[in-house]
This record gives sequence, structure tokens and C-alpha cells, in this order.
Amino acid sequence: MVHLVVQISKYVMIFLMLIYTFECFYVFRYQKTEEERKAVFHIQRMLIFFLHFDAYLVLYLTTENFEIVAFYLSQLMLFATMILIYRMCYKASSDLLLNNMVLLMCIGLIMLTRLSYGKAIRQFIFMIVGTVIALIIPVILKKLSLFRRLTWLYAVIGIGLLGVVAVCGQTSYGAKLSISIAGISIQPSEFVKIIFAFYIAGMLYEKQNLKQLIITSICSAFFVLMLVASKDLGGALLYFITYLVMIYVATQKLYYFVGGFGLLAVASFIGSRLFSHVGTRILAWKDPLSVIDNQGYQVCQSLFGIGTGGWFGLGLNQGRPKKIPVVENDFIFAAISEEMGAVFALCLIMVCISCFFMIMNIAMKLKDNFYKLVAVGLATLYAMQVFLTIGGVIKFIPSTGVTLPLVSYGGSSLISTMIVFGVIQGLYIREASSKGGEHGKEKTVE
Amino acid sequence: MEKKKQSNKNREFTVITYFFLFLFLAMMGYFVFFLTLKSESFINSPYNSLQDLFSEHVIRGEIRSADGHVLAKTEVEEDGTENRIYPYGRTFAHVVGFSTNGKAGLEKQANFQLLRSHAFFLEQIVNDVKGEKSIGDHVITTLDFDMQSIAYDALSDYDGAVIVMEPSTGKILCMVSKPTFNPNTIDQDWEDIISGESSVLFNRATQGQYTPGSVFKIFTTLEYYRENKNTYNNYFFDCKGKFNFENKTIHCASNQSHGEEDLMDSFANSCNSSYANLALEIDQDALQELCNSLLFNMDLPIAFESGKSKVNVSNDMGYAAIMETGIGQGNTLVSPLHMVMLAGAIDNDGVLMRPYLIEHTENYNGVLVSENESIEYGTMFSPDEVELLRTYMSAVVEEGTAQKLSGQSYTAYGKTGTAQVSDTTGQENSWFVGFASKEGYEDIAIAVVVEDFSSKSITGVTVAKKIFDSYFTGGVY
Repeated sequence: MVHLVVQISKYVMIFLMLIYTFECFYVFRYQKTEEERKAVFHIQRMLIFFLHFDAYLVLYLTTENFEIVAFYLSQLMLFATMILIYRMCYKASSDLLLNNMVLLMCIGLIMLTRLSYGKAIRQFIFMIVGTVIALIIPVILKKLSLFRRLTWLYAVIGIGLLGVVAVCGQTSYGAKLSISIAGISIQPSEFVKIIFAFYIAGMLYEKQNLKQLIITSICSAFFVLMLVASKDLGGALLYFITYLVMIYVATQKLYYFVGGFGLLAVASFIGSRLFSHVGTRILAWKDPLSVIDNQGYQVCQSLFGIGTGGWFGLGLNQGRPKKIPVVENDFIFAAISEEMGAVFALCLIMVCISCFFMIMNIAMKLKDNFYKLVAVGLATLYAMQVFLTIGGVIKFIPSTGVTLPLVSYGGSSLISTMIVFGVIQGLYIREASSKGGEHGKEKTVE
Repeated sequence: MEKKKQSNKNREFTVITYFFLFLFLAMMGYFVFFLTLKSESFINSPYNSLQDLFSEHVIRGEIRSADGHVLAKTEVEEDGTENRIYPYGRTFAHVVGFSTNGKAGLEKQANFQLLRSHAFFLEQIVNDVKGEKSIGDHVITTLDFDMQSIAYDALSDYDGAVIVMEPSTGKILCMVSKPTFNPNTIDQDWEDIISGESSVLFNRATQGQYTPGSVFKIFTTLEYYRENKNTYNNYFFDCKGKFNFENKTIHCASNQSHGEEDLMDSFANSCNSSYANLALEIDQDALQELCNSLLFNMDLPIAFESGKSKVNVSNDMGYAAIMETGIGQGNTLVSPLHMVMLAGAIDNDGVLMRPYLIEHTENYNGVLVSENESIEYGTMFSPDEVELLRTYMSAVVEEGTAQKLSGQSYTAYGKTGTAQVSDTTGQENSWFVGFASKEGYEDIAIAVVVEDFSSKSITGVTVAKKIFDSYFTGGVY
């Protein structure tokens, strides 16, 4: 009987996910009336709750751990509260972005509960903190307008924090990523990346002359070099691409973007020579089976999981994703693909793309140059991070050790991404209230 | 003006959006590519511990010989207990292997194929939902049932190994290792097998490490030929039954005097004295390089487990060691598999095909799932070297140590060997490495080792002859 539920649920969850994903793009494609859009978003929310219920039903039946029921109900409460507050207080917010955020967090919690109950609980607590922050941010963005004037403060705080990590951070898997404050381990680079986007936006939203560009570049180089000094090369890559995109959007000069990639190629070549753990990761990427006993172990286990799971997955709690080292963090995508199926995993990528599209869409509509740049920067950070983590897990690119936003375990990563989504929602709401357009009407209702 | 700037500015957004869309689509494309084309071979790796999960949902498939005999099958009892049956027990014990108490042989190599079901997918979903097991895929091997049986009988009670390969494709036609075990009762016998003295589980055909004895003279000859391409025909030696240099004496077999010999005579007679003399003339470092290029001291390019052949010579070595290595004694060790590969390469105009055991896999309804194709490993010998070795190996049959193979309906080529296992026991192993051809038949290459062949009624040559006789009188393949 349990087997039956597990196997049917496997297909049901894929089916729900497929409809959800379809609707993400369906809404984009056609100019629907506001009511029709709202209806689609409402269906999406229903799909999330069905998916959530089905997954926890399977988790409960396969573990027979009654605590999971209580845990499920707490999550249900959090998600419902979050959606409710957003819909009551921020009528002009983006429903799609909100739905996607809830879905991704929901998938993250499902997988973490399956992998490590303790970590899932911790993640849930961080989620509550993140929700509170994400709910406050739109208000702050609306009331305060000093963010564009703090440019140099961003630089000092950002580089300073990264410097602290480089000097006294804790080393894990060859890179210094975190510092410990009062027993809580924090990854400052997760938060500094938001500050970084604000910094570049602050530098370039008014003037884009050569002098301004040079100053911005030198200062950005310090950010990146601090990460290189911590051997956080995935992070360094993330910051560098964000820098390139923002420079390009600010100056409208494509050759900065293209030239930057040339620079990147040279830097990665030097990097692979200079840092032994980069060399080994590249080796593990080229032929993981040949070095399965050491450097290639993680990628091999990940691919074994994905391949063995196949298109429809093995079913929740039916695989062995724990074979993959740090599966809860950098390799959670492999666990999802193994147990929930590659079709589900592909849908997950599409949902991430939908998030990126939505943020870019919002960025495009913004009138304020400063926030326009901020939004582009955050969109790039998000997209690049998704690309680096999933690409690494499926061996499309060498693994760089970054997390899958909102899904992977890790408080810093989770809260920082929730801040990003909060900022974007804030900007969307802010634009709507200043414009008095279609969203403006809603504002008057508010 | 303002409007124009705005639309212009949005062009960058389009570029960035498409840039990332492209990255994502490429990544998703790779993901789909991996799942449809690459994952199958990747997850077949024996390192993939997830494979065993499949036994919960799939009944292990059958292993069959090329001609359709079932070599391993799973029978399900009323209560769902599954028993793995090996109808031909000991005959195929090592090559087919076993799947309980660890795994070995094809049961290990093809574990995942056997545990995958490519039954019609709707049927699988129905089975999945009903909680019933699907039937796993069948693995069809390259093994020739008759040849395996003949090789098994030919070795009689002797320990040793026989391996036969089709040089033009790399298909392994038979693989026998003795002593053997009964895979049907391996669970009950496990304690005895583990505590027993002779390592019965060990596949001597692939993992055995034997002193090559005179078989090694193939390589000594080749090195001499490479160094003296124009003058090798002028080589001359007068054999008095033994050869002495710097207080080291090398004896010919039974101290037989071979008299006046050129290089071909020395090879055909397998004259130790002549080869000890010859070994002193060649560059040992170059010999080491030659051996390395012929897959010594490395893992063989195959999908199943094998032992590394070892040779270690250098110009700094003492004369005694140089002479001993030259005639195949000393510290040199080779596996029968390695030797059959090289014999096959000589037969196949110098080109080595990668040996393989799995012809194809099919689902339980006989629909093809995946097929193995012959893969060329590389050219091991140049055309003139092939010509030389064929002539010399023919001389061994026509006028040398393997004359039992002459005057048959087929043409045989080979090199015999009598290898001293150690100085103290006096145990000697009999080798035959060679190949044979006949109009209308695919050529076959063979390597035989008969351990401690005290009676001399069964030798490498007699075993090879039984296999050749049967193969070349059978139906056209």
C-alpha cells in the first residue's frame, strides 16, 4: 500500500509540477486580463499546496515519523501566512514571483526533510526569519530614498566583510566561506553580493564616464580579489559576471561585456594553474570516473543518482541521495532529480528561468535608473547562481560550490535570496505606486 | 527623445535576457543529452551502488551464450523467493561468475543491465503500481557454448586457463579457468571456498599471473629484429644444450643440443641457449619500451577485471637476469588474456581489437536494447613485423615444438612455452599461444596454460588442438 502511494505520488508530483511550470510561461506569453492572470496564479498556489501535501504524505508514510505531520502543518501555516500578508498588504506585488518563491522553498523543505530532518527544521527557522525580513523590505524601500547615496559605505562594508572572511574564515572544501558569530555560522559573501549590486548601481546610475568606470572597476576588483583570497572561486565568478552585466547595461557598450569574457578566460586559465583545488575540479569534470576515489567522487555519485533516477525518479525516500557529499547544500539538485525525477528537475530549472525573466521584466519597466541597475544586478546574481550550481551538479561545467537559491540548505543563502526577492517585490510595488498605471489603481484601493 | 533613449536602453535587457536564456537552454540540453544518451553507460559503472536498489523492483535477467544457451537465470518460487540458477555450473563458473556473496564475472560486469528492465513502459508502470517486479533484460554474451565445453574438458583435472578470441572483432569465444567452483551452491560452499588453499574463485584466464617461459621469446625476437632489420637473417648459434656466461648457465629443455641454428630455428626449437646468447646482444631498455608498448605494466583496455602483466628489464641489470628475462624466466609475469590479445593482433595484421564479452542486451521479449560494437584499440605490430612473426610462428608448427598442429585442415601458428614456476618445487607450466585460420571460417586466437603438467599427456598444444579441431570442423560461423 505504501509502495503504491509512493509510486503514484511520484507521477502526481511530476504532473502538478508540469502544469505549474506551464502556467509560469503561459502567463508571460499571452496578454491576459488581470482577472484571468489572478485566476492562473490562484491555480498555481493550489498546485503548490497539493504538491506539498502529497510529498509530505509520502514522507510520513515512508518514515512513520509523526513529527513530520506537525512539521508539515507548521510549514503550511508559514506559507499561507506569507501569501496572505503579501496579498493583503502588497496588492501590487508580483504574484508570479511570490508563487515561485514559495514553490522553491517548499521543494527545498521537502528534500531537506527527506535528507536530514534536523537540517530541515533549522532551514524552516531561517525561513521564518527570512519571511519577516522579506515582508519588511518593501516598506523600507518605499519610505527611504537614501540607498542611492550610500555608495561608498557599500564598498567599505562589502570589502571589509569579505576581508574578514579571507583572514579569519573557516575553511570548508578548500575555500573559506563562513565566519562564526555567537555560535551561528554566517556566509558574508551571500549578503555582500546584494551590497555589491547596490554599490555598482550607485556608482553608475548617473555618470558613466571613463573616470567613473575606472573607479568602479578598481573597487569591484577588490571585491573579487577578496573572494579569490578566500579561494571562493565560484563566488568570485558570480561577482565578476554581475559586474560585467551591470557595466554593460549602464554604458550600453557591448564590447565591455564581450571583452570581460576574454579577461575571464585568461583569469580562469591562471586560476587553474595557481589553485590546486581548481585543477582537481576541472579534472573531476573532464573524466570523473577516472578519479572516482577522490576528486571525482562527488560528481560521480551525483550523476549516478541522476542517471539511476531517470526521467521519473525513484520516488521520495526510495533512492540513496545521501551517497553524495554535501548533498543538502551544493548538490541538492541531484537529490531532487534522483528521487523526484529528471522531468521534475527540468521543470525546476524552468521555474528558476521564470524567476529570472520576471526580475528582468520588472527591471525593464522601472523608470528609476538606480533601481533599474540594482534589479539587473540581482537578476544576474540569481541566474548565474542557478546556472553555476545546476551546471556543476550535472557536469555541464566544473563544480564551483555555490548553492541553489531558496532550495539548498543554508541560512545565509536562504535569507539573502529572500532579501533579493523582497527587494524586487519592493521595487515593483514602488514603481506601481509612483506610476499610477494599472498597478496604481490597485494602490488607490489599498 | 526620452522615449527613444528608453527603448534603446531596453536593448541591453534583451541581450542579457537572451544571454542567460541561452546558457540555461544549453544546460537543459546537456541534461537531456546526458539522460538519453550518456547516463546508460555511466550508471552501468560497478561503482554505482544504486544498482542494487533495482533488485527490489526487477527480477534479474538471464545470461546467455552467443548461440542461445541459458548460462544463468533467476527462478521465482511461489513465495517470491528468487534463486539464481546456473544450468551449466562449473563449465562457465568464472566467466559468468556469481551474484551472491559479492559479485564476480559477467554477473558483476553486467549487473546493471541484468537489473534494468526495458519491458514496454506501460507494463512497467502497471507493475510499479501493482508492486510487482518487472523482468530484467537478458545479456547475450560472445561465448561459444561448444567451444567452452570442449576447452573445459580438454584441461581435464589440471589447473590452468584457456581463452579464445576472435581477432577480427575482439569477441571472447571461451574463457575457462581451473580449479573451478559450483556457482549453484556457492552459498553453502562459501566457507570451504574461502578457507581452501587453491584460490578457486580467481579467474586465471584474466587475472592469472604466470611466468611466460618461452612464450616471451616472441618479444625477445621482435626486439632483436628491430635492432637488426637487415642482418637478422645472418644470426647464427651452435647449441650444445647449454649456454654459459659470467658464471651463469642456461640450459635447454632436457639439455637437448639443437646444433647449428639461425634465428628462425632458434625460435622454432625454442632454444634457451640461443636466446640467452641473443638476450645479451639486445638493448634491454629498448626491450622494456617494446614490452610497455605491448601493454605490459598497465591495465588492459577491457571492461572487466584483469591482472597486469609485468616485466622489468634495464641495461643496468646483471647478465644472469638479462639472460633469464630473455627466455621468459626471471621476474616476468603475464596473463593468458594479455597473450591472446597479442596473438590476435599478430593474426589481425597487427591491429588489436578490444576484447569484449557482451554481444548485446535485449528485453525479455527479445527486443534489442543495446549492442556492443567492435572497437579497435590500435596497431601493435608493423606489417613487416607481422610477416616475420607469422613466418616464425608457422615454423614452430611445421618443424618446431608444436608439430602436433601441423598437417591439419587448418593452418596453425603459435609459440609453446614450458615455464619453471620456481627453482625449488620443479613445477612446470605448459603454454601455448597462437592462432589458426581456415578458408570459410573466422580466424581464432588462443592462449592456454596447463599448470604442473607432470604427465605431459596434456599440454598447451594438445588443448589448443582439441579446440582447433572442433572449431574448424564445425558449421561455418
